[in-house]
Amino acid sequence: MLKASEQDVQKVFTRRALVLAGGKLALIGALGARLYYLQVVEADRYELLSRGNQFNLELLPPVRGRILDRNGVALADNQDNFRVEIVREQTDDVAATLSALRSIIEVPDWDVRRVLKDVKRKRAFVPVTVVENLTREEIARVAVNAPYLPGIRIEVGRSRRYPFADTAVHITGYVAAVSESELTGDPVLELPDFRIGKSGIEKLHDLGMRGTAGRRQVEVNALGRIIRKLPGEDGEPGRDVKLTLDINLQRYATERLSRGNAERLPTEDPRAQLALAQAEPAMRDLYADRQTVLVDAEGKVIEAESGSAVVMDVHTGELRALASAPGYDPNPFNRGLSAKDWEELLTNPRGPLNNKAVSGQYPPGSTFKMLVMLAALESGLAGPDTKFFCPGHLTLGDTRFHCWSRYGHGWLDMKQSIAQSCDVYYYELAKRIGIDRISSIAKRFGLGELTGVDIPGERRGLVPSREWKLATTGVPWQMGETLVAAIGQGFNLATPLQLALMTARLVNGGKAVVPHIEFPNGPPEAAEDMAVDTRHLEAVRVAMSEVVNGPRGTARKIQGSPDDVKIGGKTGTAQVRRITMADRASGAYKEEKPWRFRDHALFVGFGPVEAPRYAVAVVVEHGGGGSSMAAPIGADVLREALRIDPPGPTASGESGAPTPERQDG
Amino acid sequence: MAISFRSDGLNPPELSIGQKLVAINWLLVLLVVTIAGVGCLMLYSAANGDWTPWAYRHALRFGIGLTAMLTIALIDIRFWIRTAYLGYLAALLLLGAVEIMGEIGMGAQRWIDLGLFQLQPSEVMKICLVLALARYFNGLTYEEVGNPLNLIIPLLMVALPAMLVLKQPDLGTALMMIAGSGAIFFLAGVRIWKFLALIAAGVAAVPIVWQFLREYQQKRILTFLNPESDPLGSGYHILQSKIALGSGGIFGKGFLKGSQSHLNFLPEKQTDFIFTMLAEEFGMVGASCLIGLYVLVLAYGFAIAIRARSQFGRLVALGVTTTLFLYLFINVAMVMGLIPVVGVPLPMISYGGTAMLTMMIGLGLLLGVSVHRDVRIARAGVEED
Repeated sequence: MLKASEQDVQKVFTRRALVLAGGKLALIGALGARLYYLQVVEADRYELLSRGNQFNLELLPPVRGRILDRNGVALADNQDNFRVEIVREQTDDVAATLSALRSIIEVPDWDVRRVLKDVKRKRAFVPVTVVENLTREEIARVAVNAPYLPGIRIEVGRSRRYPFADTAVHITGYVAAVSESELTGDPVLELPDFRIGKSGIEKLHDLGMRGTAGRRQVEVNALGRIIRKLPGEDGEPGRDVKLTLDINLQRYATERLSRGNAERLPTEDPRAQLALAQAEPAMRDLYADRQTVLVDAEGKVIEAESGSAVVMDVHTGELRALASAPGYDPNPFNRGLSAKDWEELLTNPRGPLNNKAVSGQYPPGSTFKMLVMLAALESGLAGPDTKFFCPGHLTLGDTRFHCWSRYGHGWLDMKQSIAQSCDVYYYELAKRIGIDRISSIAKRFGLGELTGVDIPGERRGLVPSREWKLATTGVPWQMGETLVAAIGQGFNLATPLQLALMTARLVNGGKAVVPHIEFPNGPPEAAEDMAVDTRHLEAVRVAMSEVVNGPRGTARKIQGSPDDVKIGGKTGTAQVRRITMADRASGAYKEEKPWRFRDHALFVGFGPVEAPRYAVAVVVEHGGGGSSMAAPIGADVLREALRIDPPGPTASGESGAPTPERQDG
Repeated sequence: MAISFRSDGLNPPELSIGQKLVAINWLLVLLVVTIAGVGCLMLYSAANGDWTPWAYRHALRFGIGLTAMLTIALIDIRFWIRTAYLGYLAALLLLGAVEIMGEIGMGAQRWIDLGLFQLQPSEVMKICLVLALARYFNGLTYEEVGNPLNLIIPLLMVALPAMLVLKQPDLGTALMMIAGSGAIFFLAGVRIWKFLALIAAGVAAVPIVWQFLREYQQKRILTFLNPESDPLGSGYHILQSKIALGSGGIFGKGFLKGSQSHLNFLPEKQTDFIFTMLAEEFGMVGASCLIGLYVLVLAYGFAIAIRARSQFGRLVALGVTTTLFLYLFINVAMVMGLIPVVGVPLPMISYGGTAMLTMMIGLGLLLGVSVHRDVRIARAGVEED
């Protein structure tokens, strides 16, 4: 019985053991199936995920292309930026290492606090920057003491440098950190120290100057620590951009423009001290940290002039100088400008952020008169001998149009009208030829339209016409407006660049050169001929020479000595505020006005007179009179341009096709 | 004297130590050594090609475990049936003691340090429970097993330690105890409908049990159900383990070349996730081979059980086999993302002495059953005559 029951038990056991074995086998089968699914069916997907885990793509930022002037001088380059970093896991005591570092180089208190905070927040192997922009000497000191500075390491980055600071800033522009809206999905833009061009050439040629980033795979572990660096593809450095600009001339033009008619004295000079002592507190603040002071002829401290000076090769349109004052230092933008500094730049009434050469629009004033003269000659309605009598004003209907000379110029021919800048003469001419001819010639010579210069931010200025006025204001054109337009006032607006271009086209034999600042790769294309009678152009050139070299020329003060290069030009004074009859009666318009109501001073010129090579345009904002303020600046800049790069066979290689009337001079 | 002298209803004569040594199933021992050898290699790899800190100690522990296993194999099986209840009681007391100590001491230390090993009462209990249940069912007739009253005592024997372990909380061990005991109940002849009824009751109890689970246990189950929901949090382990497994492919990335493991994407690669590392480095081929080795051990377990003459021997053999199976299945299924992460190691491969020691003692018992397969044991645990 016992045996039978035991056999029962054994039978049940055996049967059930087989069932259990079957169950286990089934479960192990499930494991096998899962293994197959993961390692065979889904293998590719997991392989990819595993690689994604294992490797991170590391981008090596490309070296940004430089900006060079025509002689290869760097206006923007890349500077080694030495920085000291600390790695927490390589030192026992971060604070001790930092205090050791501070006995070697200067580390500000707040940097120490920041580092101590950052070190705790970041992972132990992530380096934290302690100080940046160290000198080579400081780096050498740190390197020598490295054994006593556990966890400290020296890294080299690159940062953009503008050696000439504010001198060419409106051309080069600046680079700054990439903003949210500028992200395009290109991973290189997300690198922490990547910078992109925000204005000027930096912006215009940004893509080419960026280059392409190198790519390298790095093997990382689960914490992100780099285990191994694998070879990758090298990046390509960005393209250098060479400009036609001559930085020496640019620097000269900027300084000459800023100085105006004042004298720049060292701050410690007794005259400067005296002037400062008498100056208003606001003016003293302005010069608080400066080493030099501008003192005018009366011994008063003045603020630097603002405005623009443009030097253009009349045959090729190459821009040799394009000064805009005041400027600003683009270097701080690299690191990031404080909100306060940015606000100051934005609200500064002198507009340092503006590139006044291409975006400043001013009434051309009397510099416009050559166009009226040319329009008259081209129309055949007047000739060089056409004479008008200037009694000091012209009456049209019941409005009296004044000449700048209250007492009038008497009888004048065309050449004299330019030399003495008689307004009445041009009222008469304009009356005779009408606004249409004037607008047409002005446009052909580059006003009222974009010149197409390769600098961002250009504005088109304005040349009024009947159609324009009707379309804009709905009121038909008035004859009086023709008269005002003929002396470059009224609706007329031009940029300094346009004025330089106009001058170039007037004196280069009527070739429609196009201004440009990028250095051409090949020989320049021949500029289109504007089909203007060369005799008429010759008359204009002679008249402009008379302005400077004639006995009664408005700019005769800039004639210089007989040894100086002979130049021609035209002054202009553009009213900012209309002179009312009341002003005229009281004589108040001659008194000192607040800066922002003073007239703009203009000068356009060229030289040498016999074989023009450079055109210059100077606008001094609220500078007073063209002949007193702008003409001396223009003459100096022009003569400096001719001195630096004198016309002649040696220098003609890059300056384009010589024109027939060009001579060595 | 002769082994061949055998007949039904008669016990064979006592074997000498030498005869017992000969009777030991050395092939099974070789399998176990092979598995432990694989373990050493994987631990060597886990340390980036270094015998320290894991592989060396693993080998040392295995040596001790092997000695224990062979010693246990030589001990007469009747000794184990006599001491089964005593051992169970001792294990239960230990379990209760560390539970109380765990409550008192701030750190939840659930083990007693024995130098090279940590004695974990819950692990000891796994073996003692098998022995105690085997003793209880040994000699019960099929009819007696059918009487529900006779199931009260063994159910309590399971429930008490399971509750204590759950309270620790160690869900994995508790589940293993319950599942292992369930297998013994099943083999002993408990009627199938009772299992079905219990399963039905269990399913009904899920919402109630859910309330008692710790938050992290709930989270583990939820994460298991949808690991991608939280790839950086709780699901990270499962996801990384699956990536490691999957990227291993058929032939693996090669010894010491598992990127997931060596770059620390894989968590706990020297303990619970060591199978993943093996599968990453040796691919499906290697993983299948290892599972194959375990299956061979399991097959030996079944063969030994079926050939044993005593119900005690049979139940111990399959109890131990089932424990090994549960370790294997839970661990491998866990790292493959088939079941939630419950923290069960892979015996003889994973670093950590406890599971290995448990399994070596169990396998020692299994070998013992094999050596003493012809010994008949009466209900009371005494020799039958």
